[in-house]
Amino acid sequence: MRRQIEGSRAVAETVALCRPEVICAYPISPQTHIIEALGAIVKSGQLSPCEFINVESEFAAMSVSIGASATGARAYTATASQGLLFMIEAVYNAAGLGLPIVMTLANRAIGAPINIWNDHSDAMAARDAGWIQLFAETNQEAADLHIQAFRLAEDLSLPVMVCMDGFILTHAVESVDMPEQMDVDAFLPPYEPRQLLDPNDPVSIGAMVGPEAFEEVRYLSYLRQLDALERIPVLAGEFAASFGRASGGLLHCYRTEDAETIVVALGSVLGTIKDAADALRATGQRVGVLGITSFRPFPHDAVRDALSGARRVVVVEKAFSVGFGGVLSTDVAMATHDADLSLRTVIAGLGGRAITQRSIESMLADAIDGRLEALTFLDLDQGIIERERARMAGTKRSGPTAENVLRDLGTVASRIG
Amino acid sequence: MKSQPVRFYQVGSFAVGNRLVDKEERTVQSDASRSNALDSGHRACQGCGEALGARYALDAAMRATGGQLIAVNATGCLEVFSTPYPETSWQVAWLHSLFGNAPAVATGVAAALKVKGKRDVRVVAQAGDGGTVDIGFGCLSGMFERNDDVLFICYDNEAYMNTGVQRSGATPPAARTATTEAIGSEPGNSFGQGKDLPRLAMAHGIAYVATATVADLHDLEAKVERAMEFHGARYLHILVPCPLGWGSAPCDTILMARLAHETGLFPVFEAEYGVVTAVSSIRRYTPVESYLSMQGRYAHLFGEGGRPDIVARIQAIADRNISTFGLLQESVVGVGPETGSQ
Amino acid sequence: MKKLPFAITLEVGSSHANRTGSWRVERPVYVDRVPPCNNACPAGENIQHWLYDAEPGDYETAWRRLVEDNPLPAVMGRICYHPCETACNRAQLDEAVGINAIERFLGDLAIERGWTLPLAGIATGKQVLVIGGGPSGLSAAYHLRRLGHEVRLVDSAPKLGGMMRYGIPAYRLPRAVLDAEVERIVALGIDVELNHTVSDVERERREGGFDAVFLAVGAQLSRRVEIPAGDSSHILDAVSLLHRVAENDPPLLGRRVAVYGGGDTALDAARTARRLGATDAVIIYRRSRERMPAHADELEEAIVEGVTVRWLSTVSRVEDNRIMLEKMRLNEEGFPEPTGVFEALDADVLVLAVGQDTDLSLLEEESDIAIKDGVVEVSPAMMASPKGIFAGGDAVPSERTATVAIGHGKRAALGIDAYLAGHDLVDPPRGELATFAHLNTWYYADAPRTHRPELEVARRQGTFDEIVGGLTEATALFEARRCLSCGNCFGCDNCFGVCPDNAVIKFGEWEKYEFNYDFCKGCGICARECPCGAIAMIPEQT
Repeated sequence: MRRQIEGSRAVAETVALCRPEVICAYPISPQTHIIEALGAIVKSGQLSPCEFINVESEFAAMSVSIGASATGARAYTATASQGLLFMIEAVYNAAGLGLPIVMTLANRAIGAPINIWNDHSDAMAARDAGWIQLFAETNQEAADLHIQAFRLAEDLSLPVMVCMDGFILTHAVESVDMPEQMDVDAFLPPYEPRQLLDPNDPVSIGAMVGPEAFEEVRYLSYLRQLDALERIPVLAGEFAASFGRASGGLLHCYRTEDAETIVVALGSVLGTIKDAADALRATGQRVGVLGITSFRPFPHDAVRDALSGARRVVVVEKAFSVGFGGVLSTDVAMATHDADLSLRTVIAGLGGRAITQRSIESMLADAIDGRLEALTFLDLDQGIIERERARMAGTKRSGPTAENVLRDLGTVASRIG
Repeated sequence: MKSQPVRFYQVGSFAVGNRLVDKEERTVQSDASRSNALDSGHRACQGCGEALGARYALDAAMRATGGQLIAVNATGCLEVFSTPYPETSWQVAWLHSLFGNAPAVATGVAAALKVKGKRDVRVVAQAGDGGTVDIGFGCLSGMFERNDDVLFICYDNEAYMNTGVQRSGATPPAARTATTEAIGSEPGNSFGQGKDLPRLAMAHGIAYVATATVADLHDLEAKVERAMEFHGARYLHILVPCPLGWGSAPCDTILMARLAHETGLFPVFEAEYGVVTAVSSIRRYTPVESYLSMQGRYAHLFGEGGRPDIVARIQAIADRNISTFGLLQESVVGVGPETGSQ
Repeated sequence: MKKLPFAITLEVGSSHANRTGSWRVERPVYVDRVPPCNNACPAGENIQHWLYDAEPGDYETAWRRLVEDNPLPAVMGRICYHPCETACNRAQLDEAVGINAIERFLGDLAIERGWTLPLAGIATGKQVLVIGGGPSGLSAAYHLRRLGHEVRLVDSAPKLGGMMRYGIPAYRLPRAVLDAEVERIVALGIDVELNHTVSDVERERREGGFDAVFLAVGAQLSRRVEIPAGDSSHILDAVSLLHRVAENDPPLLGRRVAVYGGGDTALDAARTARRLGATDAVIIYRRSRERMPAHADELEEAIVEGVTVRWLSTVSRVEDNRIMLEKMRLNEEGFPEPTGVFEALDADVLVLAVGQDTDLSLLEEESDIAIKDGVVEVSPAMMASPKGIFAGGDAVPSERTATVAIGHGKRAALGIDAYLAGHDLVDPPRGELATFAHLNTWYYADAPRTHRPELEVARRQGTFDEIVGGLTEATALFEARRCLSCGNCFGCDNCFGVCPDNAVIKFGEWEKYEFNYDFCKGCGICARECPCGAIAMIPEQT
């Protein structure tokens, strides 16, 4: 049923429909509305049987999920940014043990400097942990991906992280077609674990594996990610058949068939980029947009195929690898390494900086005209940069960079004292 | 004719078993059909106190729960020596958590069991002193505060043994470890205020807290059994000597634990809801020197260049424990053929 | 085989592939060490084992094991000086186990319940003559019958028992008890001839056609000393005194009785005198208390009963109603020297208890029997002559207690048995002694010894009723369970419980334990925590 609903609420209610049995809650902006809503749903008795546990840290949140999942319960939690880092040991652990935990990652920048707004640096920090990472473009997709995530996780015995842009999606009220319980039940059977803590059939889970077998264990997990590449589109198809809409899958192509220039991105920014593409199309430029949904496993073949006709590819991403360059763009470059095209990386939206349609159009114009450098930061204030560089060169004790910049910008806090 | 007009069993109170004692009154360990939760083939050092303590505790828990037990184990000696691929020596359902989150993982296990309606399956979480007192403390406190249905067992060998004997928050004063070497004017670990986990657990107001050692099996088993009578968070702190880390002979492991108790350095007691309910009295009082001098980690306190002043300070700690817990109370029951019940 | 994730999850039992026994440099082994009580018992009783049998209340089994070696437990439970208790390791913990009291309990119970001794063995066709029906002769006769030999037992007295009847007063050994145990031995089929004194062993043997002889004639002759005495002075010897009392024909002693000597016989005489009505019973002994050969317990009992002692005194002259004593002092070597100081002691009679000699006149015809210091020399197998004459008890060099005599009797029976079969007696090798150092005494419950009740002093006088009572079943059981089982496993399960590697196997409801050397790492905790020292660590053979 279609409702005007906040993104977090839509996710919470959809997750509840998936009948999780153990929910772990530790608050961090911008995930709080998700766990608050779920807390109320459980406490009201609407979702039962379910244990909603207020844990003492994110590390505990993932740990409790691990214990619950290993004992055969469907487990769910949510976090962001700093919280993801705090639980990172357990994140790797869950993947290594092959426990089908589903977690919502309300993408948020990682400090220092502390910043509560959206970018993708948190998801990137965990990209090698062995989790499946799916990026939602809209609140509808965010909700739908959770249903697919539980099924995917339990089919493959792998944990799945559903990424949705913090504040932009989580706190936006949009029209979402909320699924019905019986449709979800039909799509998502009860959890049947691959391994189980059972006193009547005891096993030891979590052995220490040495050099003689560690590589094989890791390779097996790699193979399972490749299995996921096959499974994801199949599930998306099943979902479409059951719920009547396209959601999920490996990637979404928008006007890419004849495109000369294709922009690649993750998450909610795709909406703005599509508007920009439409505007440029109207002026005769053949521009297309590739939205990648499954970031891990990375769909090399599908990406290469989608980009095969283009002459230039611009990757717009909300994260970067300090000292190296783009993250998503590197993956895209790997996928297209033997294709004859030019690849450009545009870092944008860090720490929640707004990405405007006009900026994208302007950037694309530069790209088409060949003026775009290999790596650029969108809408960077060069003045601030130059002043801070000069300050650092001038005195040894130039002070904390963030505070200096804020003072430059004349923000309220910096005016005090 | 097997009638027993006399309730005196030679060694029945102290030894593992005795043919004269009724089967129901014997220890779990004396039973040939005990569950052997931790079985042979593990890679613990010769004379490992933790291997012994773990089997004692878990076999008792298995009997108390009718075999319906799941164990969660933090990283450390116990986990490493028991589950090196391809061999596990655990015969119970067992999950290795990480280093600092055994209590939280156990919380998850307990929650899942509750959701599944498996009320009779009980959960034990276990970790060494490092995993309990230091890195695991946050998760432990959270588990206590929520009163999750988990019995947490700390096997205390007073240092990070598995990584090579480094100091932990449970390392006693003056003890040598690899990160508190016996050099300088304050050799060994410094004299701090310690971190009294049992009393911290009591401060959380949980139903049951107890300490025990591997030297008193009857007491340890009774405490595990008692713990399993409660639901909610419970804590058991077991002293398990480490011959390697303590520098004691492998055959002396139980003797070391006994002396720790008999000197007063390791008070053995029980508490419910934050109040001490019982204390294990010292049977044959021993000055700390007898205990310390048998361990290489205290060797620098004796002989040439020894530190009797430090020994005296340690004695003062023991004396304070004896006074605080009343460890030298006389046993009230007299022993004789008519009255004796030993 | 379950479909579990590779390597991450492992099946139960997989650690059994890791045979950690390869780590060992030394291994534990179960040992049987000789307990000090067994080691000290002159009768060779397997004390620890019959205590073990008694502990669960199986008294008959305990008694049967006891009488394997000693057929006179009720008697010994009263008169033995219990060197077992002196040697008992428990004495170093709190107090020795009351073995003697338990032996008496078992002996009395057997009499009460009418338990019979084991049957005589299959007849060998051999015949053995036993001369002397005291403890040594009775013991020999018993063991010889069990070995299947025919036995003729002769004694010069009207009743069997030897010194047990005629030397030890009834207040220490009631006649009923003695009779019961003697009759039980005779019931094995012993041909007894009483009131028969053998004057010539050779002839006795030849006429009877005996294949071997055991001499157990005791030391029944009172040693004489030369003491100047008046015509009407009244001097007796203790042996005769006690003998007549035993025959219910006590001599008249008078009010004031002096007893000369420092042995147990002197004490028996003095205490008997008190019971016969003497107001004063004074022992005169030439050395000091520490040097007195009598057992300390006996002396204490005597003193409690009002017997007094004149230490460091000798009798220089006996007159009508008094005795002249000379004071002695000990020189550097501890020998008494006369001081020349005299004192008078009023006395109606002097009883001499200065030692006993053996009447060996019956051996005059034996040329190859060596006699030294008045006793017969024997081999370790109690053989006096290679022609098949054996001897034991007070008649051979010995400590002169009934227990020693009983031990001799058994040994001689084995020696005779070997001789009759044509070979030497070979002793099995003896194991290591179980010392206190082998024990881990922590495990033994604190349990002070129970003591036997005693007749109050006032009641003792004037009667020959038994002074020391027996233990009740509760106290006997308690006492038996105080045994530490030194050196021998008693099923405490400690080794089974304390092994960190679960490398001790327990078979069912304690049949035995076995080490699982596949997994034993040789840490030695089992040996250290074995309460009774029944585990030793030995180097691993490479």
